[in-house]
Amino acid sequence: METTLSFGNYPKQSNQNLIKYFWYNDLQNIGEIKGDILPYGLGKSYGDSCLIDGGTLLDISGINKFINYDEETGILTCYAGATLADCIDFLLPRGRFLPVTPGTKYVTLGGAIANDVHGKNHHKAGTFGCHVTELELLRSDGTLLQCSKTINSELFAATIGGLGLTGIITKVSFQTVECPGPIIESESIKFRTFEEFFDITQNSENYNYTVAWVDTSVPGRGLYNRGNFAPKSRQKPYKSTNGKMLPFPLNMELINPLTVKAFNTLYYNKQLSRIKKADVSFEPFFYPLDAVDGWNKAYGKKGFVQYQFVIPFDNYINVLKEIFNLITRSKLSSFLTVLKTFGNIKSPGMMSFPREGVTLAIDFKMIGDALLKILDESDNIVNSVGGVVYPCKDARMSPENFKAFYPQWTDFAKYIDPKFSSSFWKRVTKE
Amino acid sequence: MKTVLIYGATSAIAQATAVNFALDKWKLLLVAKNENKLNDLANDLKTRYSADVSTFYFDAIDDATYQKSFDEALANAGAIDAVLIAHGTLPDQEKIASNLDAINREIVANGVSVVNLATIAANYFEPLGKGMIAVISSVAGDRGRQSNYIYGAAKGFVSTYFQGLRNRMFHKGVSVLTIKPGFVDTPMTSHVPKNFLFASYPAVGKKIFEAMKAGKSGVIYVPGFWRLIMCIVKSVPESLFMKLKM
Ligand SMILES: Cc1cc2nc3c(=O)[nH]c(=O)nc-3n(C[C@H](O)[C@H](O)[C@H](O)COP(=O)(O)OP(=O)(O)OC[C@H]3O[C@@H](n4cnc5c(N)ncnc54)[C@H](O)[C@@H]3O)c2cc1C
Ligand SMILES: NC(=O)c1ccc[n+]([C@@H]2O[C@H](COP(=O)([O-])OP(=O)(O)OC[C@H]3O[C@@H](n4cnc5c(N)ncnc54)[C@H](OP(=O)(O)O)[C@@H]3O)[C@@H](O)[C@H]2O)c1
Repeated sequence: METTLSFGNYPKQSNQNLIKYFWYNDLQNIGEIKGDILPYGLGKSYGDSCLIDGGTLLDISGINKFINYDEETGILTCYAGATLADCIDFLLPRGRFLPVTPGTKYVTLGGAIANDVHGKNHHKAGTFGCHVTELELLRSDGTLLQCSKTINSELFAATIGGLGLTGIITKVSFQTVECPGPIIESESIKFRTFEEFFDITQNSENYNYTVAWVDTSVPGRGLYNRGNFAPKSRQKPYKSTNGKMLPFPLNMELINPLTVKAFNTLYYNKQLSRIKKADVSFEPFFYPLDAVDGWNKAYGKKGFVQYQFVIPFDNYINVLKEIFNLITRSKLSSFLTVLKTFGNIKSPGMMSFPREGVTLAIDFKMIGDALLKILDESDNIVNSVGGVVYPCKDARMSPENFKAFYPQWTDFAKYIDPKFSSSFWKRVTKE
Repeated sequence: MKTVLIYGATSAIAQATAVNFALDKWKLLLVAKNENKLNDLANDLKTRYSADVSTFYFDAIDDATYQKSFDEALANAGAIDAVLIAHGTLPDQEKIASNLDAINREIVANGVSVVNLATIAANYFEPLGKGMIAVISSVAGDRGRQSNYIYGAAKGFVSTYFQGLRNRMFHKGVSVLTIKPGFVDTPMTSHVPKNFLFASYPAVGKKIFEAMKAGKSGVIYVPGFWRLIMCIVKSVPESLFMKLKM
C-alpha cells in the first residue's frame, strides 16, 4: 500500500511500517525492531525527512502526557508527543504562552525540536530549540540520556534540529513566556514592491510577530502582517479550539494555475486600505491554515512540495527578484508564499536551518521534472549567496547542495544513532 | 468533594472519563495493572487539572487483588460515591478459539473480574442506600459473532449481570449503569482500519462522565446510534444470522 505520511504527499513511500506507541513504558525495546527506525510525530513535515523507506516509523504522538509545570520558573515538562495545541490549552489560562510557535499548532514537541522550528518572532526569540532547557533522549541500545546546554551538551546540540536521527526525544522541558491573553493587536499593510517590504521591515522593530504573504503572480506585492499580544484591558477569555477543525470537504484536485491566480488576486485585493488594524484571536493570526483539516488534499494525488530557503541580508532584494524571475519565467505558480526576516539569535542546534537573513517559503504543486529542475537552479542561486534550504520542507534537494548548505553534516553524523535513518538522510548523503 | 473509583484507569476511555471528573473537581481513585502507566497518568492529571489523585494496583486475572484494591482505595478516601469498571482486553479470536487457557483468561479479564468488582462495590453501596456503579460493556455483548464471540460472551455476561444488579439495586437507591460503546479509536483498536463508525475516546469519555454524574441507571449506547444498529442486528433470525460472515 502507498502511504502518504508526510504533509506534502510527496514523495510516496510504499515500503514502510508504522508502530503506534501510547506509553513511555512501551519504548524499552526499540533496539529489537528489524531494520532502520525513525521517530514520527504528526507528519507535518512536508517532504521525506519524517519518512523511512524500507524501515519502521515509531509514532510517538500517543506518548503525550504532561509531567510537570514549575510555576516559579514557568518551565513546562511533557512527554515529547504532546502537541503545541495541548501546551497552549494548558498555558493560556495560566497567563503563559509558547516561546516560539510555527504556523500550525498541531505538531509534537519532539517534532518541533527535531526540526528546530521557527515562528513569526524569530527576530525576537530565535527558534524553539533556544527555549528547551532539558530533554531526555532514548538511544536504540536502551540508554536514556538527559541532555541540556550543560549536560551531554554535544548530543543536545545535535538533537536540536537533528531530524530525528540522534534517538527518540522522550521528555522535553521548555521555558514558557508571559502572555496577557488570546488576543493579538494586528496590523496588515499592503506593499507593492520588495523595496517597500524592506522599508516596512525596518519600521517593525516594535512588533514581536511579523510575516508577509506575497503574491507570486505579481512578484513584489503582498501583505505584511505584524502584531503583539494586546494589553490586558483588551483581552478576552480563552476558549480552546484544540482538535476542532473543519474537514476538507472534497477529495479533489482544486489547486491549478487558474485558481491560484484567482486566490492570490482576491487575497491581495480583499483589503482595500493600505493599512488595516484589528484585534484578532491568536489562532487565525498564527495558524490560518489550521482552520481546515486536510486542505493539502487540494493539491491532488501527486502532492506538492514546499520550498523554503534563507539568504543573508546583503543584496537580498536582487536575489529574491532573480529567484522570482526564474519562477515566473517557468510559469510555475504558488498558492501560498510567505516572506519573513530572521534575526541573529543563534540556536544551540548544530544543524538548525534558521540564521540571520530573509526567508521565503513557496508551495508548488508537484508537476514532475520541470519543477525539480527549476528548484535545483534556485538551490544553486541560494548556495552562491551563502543561503540554505530547509530540510523539514524538502523532498528533492541534491546531495551536492545539501552538503554545501550544511558542511557540518559530517560532524553531525557522529551523533546519529546507528539504528536511525530517514529517507531524507539517505537521499542527501548519497555519494 | 465527591470521589470516583476507576478500575482499568489507564484505558483510553477511562482516562478521558477521568479528565472530565477532574475538571468537575472529583477526587480520583485510579486502579490499574501497570504502575508506570498509572504514575504517568496521575502526574498528567495533577499537572494539567490540579486533580486530587491516588493510585492503586490490581490485576484483573488475580482475584486476590479485587477486594484488596477496593479496601485500600476506600481507606484512602474515606468514602466513595461512584465506581467505574473500565478494564478489558480484545483478544485475537482466531488465535484463541481452540485454546482453553487463553479463553479462560479472557473470560476472567473481561467478565469474571468485572462481576467480582461490581459485587464488591454493591456490597459497599447497598447499606449506604446510595451510590453509582458503572461498567464499560460493549455492543459486542449484544450478539455473538464468529469474529469475536469470546470477548462478546464475557461482555454479554457482564451486561446480563448488570441487568440483574440494576433490578436489585433499584430498590436500594443505588444507580447501576451499563455503558455499551460501539467502535472507539483507542489502543485496543489501533490495529483495526478506521471508518466513519469509529468514535473518539474524548467524546465517549465525556458521555460516560455525564451519565455517571447524572446518576443515570440503565443502559447507554455510545454513540447513541448504536442502539438502533444493535436493535437491527439482534432482530435478525438466528437461522439467517448463523450463515452470515461477521
Ligand atoms: C501548515 C504548516 C505550517 C508550518 N509552519 C512552520 C513554521 O512556521 N516554521 C517551521 O519551522 N515549521 C513549520 N512547519 C513545519 C512543522 O513545524 C515541522 O515539520 C514539525 O517538525 C512537524 O512536527 P511533527 O510533530 O508533525 O513531526 P513529524 O513531521 O512527524 O516529524 C518531524 C521530524 O521530527 C522527528 N521527530 C518527531 N518526533 C520525534 C521525537 N520524539 N524524537 C526525535 N525526533 C522526532 C522526525 O523523525 C522527523 O525528522 C509547518 C507545517 C505545516 C503543515
Ligand atoms: N475501543 C473500543 O472500540 C471499545 C468498544 C467497546 C467497548 N470497549 C471497552 O472499553 C473499555 C476500555 O477500553 P479502551 O478501548 O479504552 O482500550 P485500552 O486503552 O486498550 O484499555 C484497556 C485497559 O484494560 C487494562 N487491562 C487489560 N488487562 C488487564 C488486566 N489483566 N488487569 C487490569 N487491567 C487490564 C489495560 O491495562 P494495561 O495497559 O496495563 O494492560 C488498559 O488500561 C474496555 O472494557 C473495552 O472492552 C472498547
